[in-house]
Amino acid sequence: MSAEVILETKNLTKLYGDFVAVDGLNLTVRRGEVFGLLGPNGAGKTTTILMLMGLTEPTDGEVRVLDLDPVRQPLSVKARVGYLPERVGFYDNLTARENLTYIARLNGLKRQEAHERVAETLAQIGLEHAADRRVGTFSRGMRQRLGVADVLIKRPQLIIMDEPTQGLDPEAAREFLDIIRRLKETGITILLSSHLLYQVQAVCDRVGLFHRGQMVLEGTVPELARQVLGGAYRIRLEAHGDDLSAVLREIPGVLAVHHDAPAIYDLEAESDLRAEAAAAVVRAGGRLFSLNIEESSLDEVYAHYFQQYQREQEEVEHAAV
Amino acid sequence: MPQSDVTREREGSPWTGLWAVVAKEMADHLTSVRMLILEVLILLTATGTVYAATQNIRNTGNDKFIFLKLFTTSQDPIPAFVGFLGFLVPLTAIALAFDAVNGEFNQRTLSRVLAQPIYRDALLFGKFLAGLFTLALVLTTIWLLIIGLGILRLGIPPSGEEVARGLWFLLLTIFYGGIWLALAMVFSIVFRQPATAALASIAVWLFFTVFWGIISDLLAQTIHPIRIGLPEEQLAQMQLALALTRISPNTLYLEAIIATLNPTIRSLGFVLPMQLQGALLGAPLPLGQSLMLSWPNLTGLVAATILLFALGYVLFQRQEVRA
Repeated sequence: MSAEVILETKNLTKLYGDFVAVDGLNLTVRRGEVFGLLGPNGAGKTTTILMLMGLTEPTDGEVRVLDLDPVRQPLSVKARVGYLPERVGFYDNLTARENLTYIARLNGLKRQEAHERVAETLAQIGLEHAADRRVGTFSRGMRQRLGVADVLIKRPQLIIMDEPTQGLDPEAAREFLDIIRRLKETGITILLSSHLLYQVQAVCDRVGLFHRGQMVLEGTVPELARQVLGGAYRIRLEAHGDDLSAVLREIPGVLAVHHDAPAIYDLEAESDLRAEAAAAVVRAGGRLFSLNIEESSLDEVYAHYFQQYQREQEEVEHAAV
Repeated sequence: MPQSDVTREREGSPWTGLWAVVAKEMADHLTSVRMLILEVLILLTATGTVYAATQNIRNTGNDKFIFLKLFTTSQDPIPAFVGFLGFLVPLTAIALAFDAVNGEFNQRTLSRVLAQPIYRDALLFGKFLAGLFTLALVLTTIWLLIIGLGILRLGIPPSGEEVARGLWFLLLTIFYGGIWLALAMVFSIVFRQPATAALASIAVWLFFTVFWGIISDLLAQTIHPIRIGLPEEQLAQMQLALALTRISPNTLYLEAIIATLNPTIRSLGFVLPMQLQGALLGAPLPLGQSLMLSWPNLTGLVAATILLFALGYVLFQRQEVRA
């Protein structure tokens, strides 16, 4: 992790009246990575993004994007950073090409240059067949792809996407994730916000969990799993015979064993202990039917975190009573 | 660190991207069905009124400023062209701007456009300029058409002074449209629904056309009541009523074009008999004097436009981008 820092916030805060939308956020994104901002609706993801783009002024704290200050140098920031808003809108009465040409012109490209750039980006995103159709006739997935083309017009170093896959059907979402992967290969840094965990996990190098304006967890998915779930490795085995819980618990490195369904054992382990677990079952005279390692999913991390949070809240309330 | 001075300064010009916005908005206006309908309407009015006016002028005949009469002569039951302009111009201007900002919000294009390297200033001013240019384009075309039609029907070319007065009239009309353009734009920032913004703009226009005259009379009567019946009292009341009606852009505009198109008009206020001593009644004023007469009205129209635009500008700068 020695790559250049491309985006950094220090103690970033935004108040709307008394409401704290973003509360002392510290965020660092490095060149070339795909960073996922996770969190429930209203957690402050969009507000953070608007502050990064210089579209809303922070109440307090510091933002550096590509070593520029979005408050003081909004034009330089906006010339280098692409922003794909949530449910991006286009001028429905104009064609895809016209919509993009307008954006190219706003970015200061000359007429000829703009036309070339637009054709190039449309081809890149696979929409050249629909270039001269009115955007009003486009499907949701096509619009979202056009949104990416729109962002690529300015050849950005950093792309910020707000809930990019929301409302897409599974096929369109899959295509969209492919586009993100392709962009990553070209070396563009991507910050995306989402609450669709599976998709975030599929493309992001690192994720940050946002809750009530604060970044409560940050890291790669396995790191988060270790933090929230305790053991990072979960092994599920199906074995018939006497109760094997005690035997399994004795394996060094096993943190916990859950035996909730008949013949099914769930192990939490510090490392991949499948071989040891198989040996232990066989030694104890059990009949092993299956043995799987479950990679912890972001889903679990997310659910677990919020369950924990709720429990703590309740305890605090009880204590107060 | 002495940072406070530095942080206030924004980099680059607020007008970056202005012409891209103007070009796109004008293209939108000129191809929209909305404008097409209004253009047809104005065109019909122009040909109808001018045809009637030439009919009338041919019969009654001899005037030094025959071309100016094209705009002001009415032939029952058709009113004069300037009468129509009094409401066609506001209607067109409102139609050009009532969904300027809320339309971008509703199409969710605002955040996408503002994420480009431009300031909000460029977007708002670009939209205003595009509206004003479109209006100017339409009005100039019709103005040329009327002059052309006049030459054909009357068989004489207009004099230099007539052309000058006609151009001044055109300029006044464009700035009169500017007020309604700026007003509709303000409402398009305040209201999220374009229909509400359009209705509010039309309500303001209706208020000034229909009710303001009545209200200013009533106000004048309460502020300067006639107690004994002295002429001074009557004069004071009438002058106040006149001053109040001039708050209405309609009054400002109509006064200004009357002074411009009718050279025999010597004053837009009241003239006492003693002030008329030595005047040659019915003799036309020279061009410069007529312009002087309507000059305050033009500055009034421009000032109102700038004020309204500034109001809209402040409101727009403070608005949150997120829908």
